[in-house]
Amino acid sequence: MISRRSMWSEGKLIPVLSIIGFIVIIWYGFSIVLNAPWEYDKAKRSSITLSNVELISNTWSQKRPKLPAPHQITNEIWDTTVNKKVTSKRSLVYHGLITFYETIYGFIFGTCLGILLAIGIVYNRATAMSVMPWIITSQTIPILAIAPMIVVALGSAGFNGLMPIAIISMYLSFFPVVVGMVKGLKSPDQLEIDQMKTWSASKFQVLHKLRAPRSMPFFFTSLKLGMAASLVGAIVGELPSGGGGGLGFRMLSGSTFGNTLHIWSGLISAAVLAGTLIAIIGGIQKVVLKRMSLEM
Amino acid sequence: MIQSNVINVSGLDLTFETNDGPVHALKNVNLEISKGDFVSFIGPSGCGKTTLLRVLADLDEPTSGKVNVNGVSPREARESRSYGYVFQAAGLYPWRTIAANVKLPLEIMGYSKAEQIERVERVLNLVELSGFEKKFPWQLSGGMQQRVSIARALAFDADILFMDEPFGALDEIVRDHLNEQLLKLWKSTNKTICFVTHSIPEAVYLSTRIVVMSPRPGRIIDVIDSNLPNERPLEIRDSKEFIEISQRVREGLRAGHTDD
Repeated sequence: MISRRSMWSEGKLIPVLSIIGFIVIIWYGFSIVLNAPWEYDKAKRSSITLSNVELISNTWSQKRPKLPAPHQITNEIWDTTVNKKVTSKRSLVYHGLITFYETIYGFIFGTCLGILLAIGIVYNRATAMSVMPWIITSQTIPILAIAPMIVVALGSAGFNGLMPIAIISMYLSFFPVVVGMVKGLKSPDQLEIDQMKTWSASKFQVLHKLRAPRSMPFFFTSLKLGMAASLVGAIVGELPSGGGGGLGFRMLSGSTFGNTLHIWSGLISAAVLAGTLIAIIGGIQKVVLKRMSLEM
Repeated sequence: MIQSNVINVSGLDLTFETNDGPVHALKNVNLEISKGDFVSFIGPSGCGKTTLLRVLADLDEPTSGKVNVNGVSPREARESRSYGYVFQAAGLYPWRTIAANVKLPLEIMGYSKAEQIERVERVLNLVELSGFEKKFPWQLSGGMQQRVSIARALAFDADILFMDEPFGALDEIVRDHLNEQLLKLWKSTNKTICFVTHSIPEAVYLSTRIVVMSPRPGRIIDVIDSNLPNERPLEIRDSKEFIEISQRVREGLRAGHTDD
């Protein structure tokens, strides 16, 4: 595992920055290529010829570009976070918070469900045989196809707003937790299991004192995957819900009205949100595993 | 008979079903172990010595035959926590301190907090590891870890101690030292010890009785009663009696080997 400190201290800052710089340059290039036809059109209609410099500066400052340039996205994000009230529907923070809460609820539900299912699968052969096929089947169904049905069904049962979206988010996030935790709870070796048997430990004691602590490295890895899935679930869940808000809603409305800046700023906010949440789990993971001497 | 013999085995057979067909792990094993005995099981790998120990501890089930531990079936003996088992590896939990590792079976068995503390202190003292309570397993050498695992097996009041090659992974010098300590411990606690090993000097040095076993199928070739005195300094290994017993063990092992 590469810690952040070693990543910077071993002189990797320069490679990382040059990759980012490279991506930005390519991005600017594509902005020119993709946005140029519209500029040519406009110039033709008003019968003027564009110099190269004019063309380039025009493609980087369109109001509704096909591909907005990086500085336009940065300005958009700055404008919609710092310059807008948090309670405004035009604020990215407002939408980000909605997605954040949906993600967290979905993540908590999904993690609990995943752990319960994993315990059932590890401890009961019948559960393993009967539940596992359904769990796998559930993940083969495109979430986009059933998300509207979940929203409608829960809506008619009186659940509106955050709850249906959290359920959709849970639907995606429980899976990595089940898979990881089954592996984790089964990770004690035969000697450790035999040892527990010689003490006549109860099933619960084996779970509580041996299997659960042994599963911690798997647990944190599952949480990271589950968190990423929760966020995707929350964004997908916002699409059919309409109106409510959230980064997914923001991106959808951006796409409806051809506002690429909204799409890109929403996209990048979602990535930053996911990155932050996963980094937080990673930080807790480091501290906990180190304290448990389980660091790999 | 029940009073004098802690362990009775008669006509024990065990066959494992494997993908390559049945494996005859133990064949017609008969054995009596009296209270306070130190019995070593010695033989080449695959002779079923570990399997026999696991049957006595109810970790494996025999195909046929009668087994009595403390006058009851191995399962009842296990459930009444009448033995401690020391495995080849120490099997300490890295997230628990030494004291907490020794405490683990006591927690499981529901001893009171005060008693847990008192017992942990006593058994760590017994294996000469007082002062290491707050250390973690990775801070201890392999020999010390194995001593912790012995302490853990002694922490509850089992009068039988099963030991499956507990010093197999340790170097000769550490091993000698632990053998000496184990003898002292056995004398001071008056437990019945069943000890699996493949080292002849270890078996002869420690035991009051030596059970020589042979593979394919696993069976008992010879049971040797040791006439060595109770006081056994390490130098006893150069004595005539010691060498004689070693020779008899070696002959038994060789006889078993020519059979296949």
